[in-house]
Formats: sequence, C-alpha cells, structure tokens
Amino acid sequence: MSRNGPAALVFHALFAAFMLAPILIVCLVAFTPEGFLSIPTSHFSLRWFRAIARYPEFIAAFWSSLWLGLLSSAIAIGFSVPAALAIARYRFRGRAGLTALFLSPLMIPHVVLGIAFLRFFTQIGLGGTFIGLVLSHVVIVFPFALRLVLASAIGMDQAIENAAVSLGASRSAVFRRITLPLILPGVASGWALSFIQSFDEVTMTVFIAAPGMVTLPVRMFLYIQDNIDPLVTSVSACVIAITVLFLVVLDRLYGLERLLVGRGLQDRT
Amino acid sequence: MTDAADPAGARGLAPYALTAPALLLFAAVVLVPLVMTVLLSFHDWGQYKGIQPVLILKNWREVVEDSYFHEMFLRTFRIASWVTVLCALIGAPEAWILYRMRNPWKGLFLLVTLGPLLISVVARTLGWALLFGGETGVINHALLRLGLISAPLPFMFTETGVVIALVHVLVPFMVLAVWTALQRLDPQVENAAIGLGAGWLTVWRRIVLPLAMPGVLSGAIIVFSLAASAFATPAIIGGRRLKVASTLAYDEFLNTLNWPLGAAVAVLLLLALIAIIIGCNRLVERRYGEAFQ
Repeated sequence: MSRNGPAALVFHALFAAFMLAPILIVCLVAFTPEGFLSIPTSHFSLRWFRAIARYPEFIAAFWSSLWLGLLSSAIAIGFSVPAALAIARYRFRGRAGLTALFLSPLMIPHVVLGIAFLRFFTQIGLGGTFIGLVLSHVVIVFPFALRLVLASAIGMDQAIENAAVSLGASRSAVFRRITLPLILPGVASGWALSFIQSFDEVTMTVFIAAPGMVTLPVRMFLYIQDNIDPLVTSVSACVIAITVLFLVVLDRLYGLERLLVGRGLQDRT
Repeated sequence: MTDAADPAGARGLAPYALTAPALLLFAAVVLVPLVMTVLLSFHDWGQYKGIQPVLILKNWREVVEDSYFHEMFLRTFRIASWVTVLCALIGAPEAWILYRMRNPWKGLFLLVTLGPLLISVVARTLGWALLFGGETGVINHALLRLGLISAPLPFMFTETGVVIALVHVLVPFMVLAVWTALQRLDPQVENAAIGLGAGWLTVWRRIVLPLAMPGVLSGAIIVFSLAASAFATPAIIGGRRLKVASTLAYDEFLNTLNWPLGAAVAVLLLLALIAIIIGCNRLVERRYGEAFQ
C-alpha cells in the first residue's frame, strides 16, 4: 500500500484543525480571566469554573442528566439483551421488521420524536416528569444498546452453551455462567454508548423538559439562546472533559472504531 | 426424536417471548405517540379554544399553500444539500487518508475524527459561535490579518454559518461510512494494479472509487437526513429569524402553542425524509447492488 503524499498530509492537517478548532476554543475561552468572552492572553483563570457553583440550575441539571443517563441506559440494556439474543439466534417471522422497528429511533428525526413524546406524555399525564424523560431516553438509546449487544451475540460460539446444557446445567445457569460473560464486552460498551447518547441528547429532550426537570444539554441550550457568556463556556468545557475521559476509557476497553462502526450487524442483517 | 422434549411450538415461540418486552415498549412509547402526532396534525387549534380533536385539513393546507412554509422547507433542504455535498468532498478524501495511515497515527486520528460525534452538539455549536462572532471571532480576525478580506464576513445568523457548523457536526458520519466501505478493499489489488503499470489516476478511477462510492452514498443519506432535521445548530447559529423545519416546529410547540400546525410541519419533514431516503436507497442498490453482496 502506498503512503499518503504531502498534499494528502496537508489536507489531513487542515481537517484535523477543522475538527478540533471549535472544541479547543470553548476550552480556551473557559479559562479567561476577563468578565467577557475572550481568549486568555496574559494568564489562565479558574474564575468561571468557580462561578458554576453559584448557578444551582446547572448543578441540578447535571445531576438529573447523570441519573437519567444511568437509568435509561441500564433499562435499555435490560430490554436489549433478550431481544439481541433472539435476533442473533433465531430465524423467525417478522425478524427483519422487528429489527427495523428497534433501530427506527436512529432514522426518525429527534425533533419528530420530541413532538410525539410531548403530545403522548401530556395526554397520559406524564408531561414534564422524570418517568417521561426516562421512557423517552430508553427508546432513543435502545438502538445503540441493541447494536452492540447484537454484535457480540452474533460472534458468540453456541457450542459452548450446548456443551453446558449436555453436562446438565440449567437454563439460568447457562445464561449466568456462559452467555452473559461471553457477551459482556458488548453489554458494557452498549451501556456506555447508550449512557453518553442519553447524556448528550438535546433535540428530543428540549421538547419534553419542564422548568423543574431539565437536563444539562437543554439547560446549556436555553442559556445560549438568551446570551453567550464565559459561564456557559466553562460548563461546556466540563462536559467536553467528561466526554473525552469517557471516550478514552471506551477506546481502551473496546475500540472506538468497533463501537461506532458496529460491523457485526451490517454484515448479518 | 429427542427434539420431542423441546416441541417445535415452544421453540417457535422463544424468539417472540425474548423480543416481547422491547416490542411492547416500542409499541407503547414509539408507535402510539407517532400515530397521535399524525392525528394531532389534523386537529383544529385556536388562540382561545386550544386544541380541538376534530379531523380537518386546515394545518396541512396552510403548510402546503403558505409561501412562508415553502421558503422555510426550501431553506431546510438547501442547507441539507450543501452540508451533504461538502461532507462528501471533505469526508471521503479524509477516510481514504485515514485508511492509508498506520498505527499509532491511525488510531489517534480516528479518535480525533470520530470522537466529536460523542461530544455534546451544544458544546460544539457554541465553539462555532465563538469562532464566528463577537470579540472572539477568530476566523474573521485571521482572514482580516491575512488580508484576504477587508471587512468581517457575516457568519452568525446566516446560512453559510449554519452550513459550516453542520458540516463539522456531521462529517464524522461520512468518514465512518466511506471508511467502512474501504475496508472491503484488498490492498493487494491496488499493488497488483500498480505492478501491472497502472498510474495512480487509473487505480483511483478503476479500483478505489467504485468501492468507495457506495460508502459515500450511504454516508450522504445519513448526513442529509440528519442535516435536514438538525435542531440545536440552526437554532444557535441561525438565530431566531433563520428558521428551518425543526426550529419552526419548536416555535409552534413551545412559543405559539399551535401544536397541530407544529405537528403538521414535523410530519411533513418526516415524510419528505422517508421519501428521499427510500428513493436514494433504491438508486444505490440498483447502481451498486453487487458491491453489497
């Protein structure tokens, strides 16, 4: 295979700069010592990070995002493990349709889902509640959970399970001692990807969030709509830092490429 | 017949039992709300009477006939088209460069390219707002200093600004799609072609492009549908006046409170996207069907 020429490397450098520029400038401006938006020239200051503590609405939004992410990704994984096992192992009537339905939140615009959830939850009396947020987030992160669990379930050697059964293991023992450990990488990474999708979701959530029940991205969005000041850059810098930390751990554990490409599914369905 | 212990009936039901919880969840929380939204788009609404559960075509007629909505949908799809073309022009070569890189660079730059996908769209768009405007308008500062422009270019509250920010948000999907397609490329084929005396242009035209094209097209479908339904980026960069379909629907729902009209806009956006996606998929499969086998 031939190597990249100088022109390709220049293009690549420009591309990397394009990808990183908006992220880096947020992190830079967050450290400004001034009272207005500016790139720090003389020294870095933590004043805007300390200022976050004086805005309880950001702190409260952070906690609800965290709980929402943890809960909805855990529930999504709980629903996706049996569904993934069924899709990976059985050829049954309606299999393709079910898979398409389960992956449909990826294709339906989140703005449409947001409107649908707003109407639905208002009608059934769950408007602006935490339960409504959890239900809607379970649905939108479900495809990510399903894809990764499915990829590991498809790659699993069923002969091991059959061996355990023939040696007299019960169904629950087989699941607990054989199946679950074997699909654990998919389950763990599916949970992590689901969590981060829930934690970052803004378009759908902005419709169903209520004044007392707001997630961090929605709080940031509403704040930016009014005005942009260094405070929101320091909050964003914190969010970026959390995500990057998460990303590096995920990359080490599972490989970012495998996580996002999800090839197991594309080849088999 | 040891299978008698596990009768065909029970075995046949197992996949349904396993998928039932998820199916019930989706039926209740996806299908029912979507049907309710479609119904909502036919309801009547008035400033004082609120939502009237009748089935009329008022909202649909308004959306289809009013030139305000024409302009808005035209803008939505114009922005999405530009974003798609630019993503293909930038993302496909980048995927090719990444494909030819070696570790550790490959791993590092994959992280740089795909990592932003997982970073909050609000934070990334805020970055563009900082690069575009105000005291921190780095891009205009740089262009002015280089002497390329004489007056600051307007990026904030313009379609150009929205397109640039959306390209940044969505180009990873294009890189990912093309990169996946390139994985099917056997480096030996390329080497063989070069060994047989083919120039780089021939290698590109005859080997790389035919393999990369399905990736570019499937990436284009993803980018286009996400760009046409993007919300946070056009809302922040485009501001209150530069409306696209999703920000307009948001306004109808949370400011004007005309939910039926907002629902009609959203359902129309969904239908338009479904039509475009299905049409493109057909085209891709007819043209490149063999590449997917």
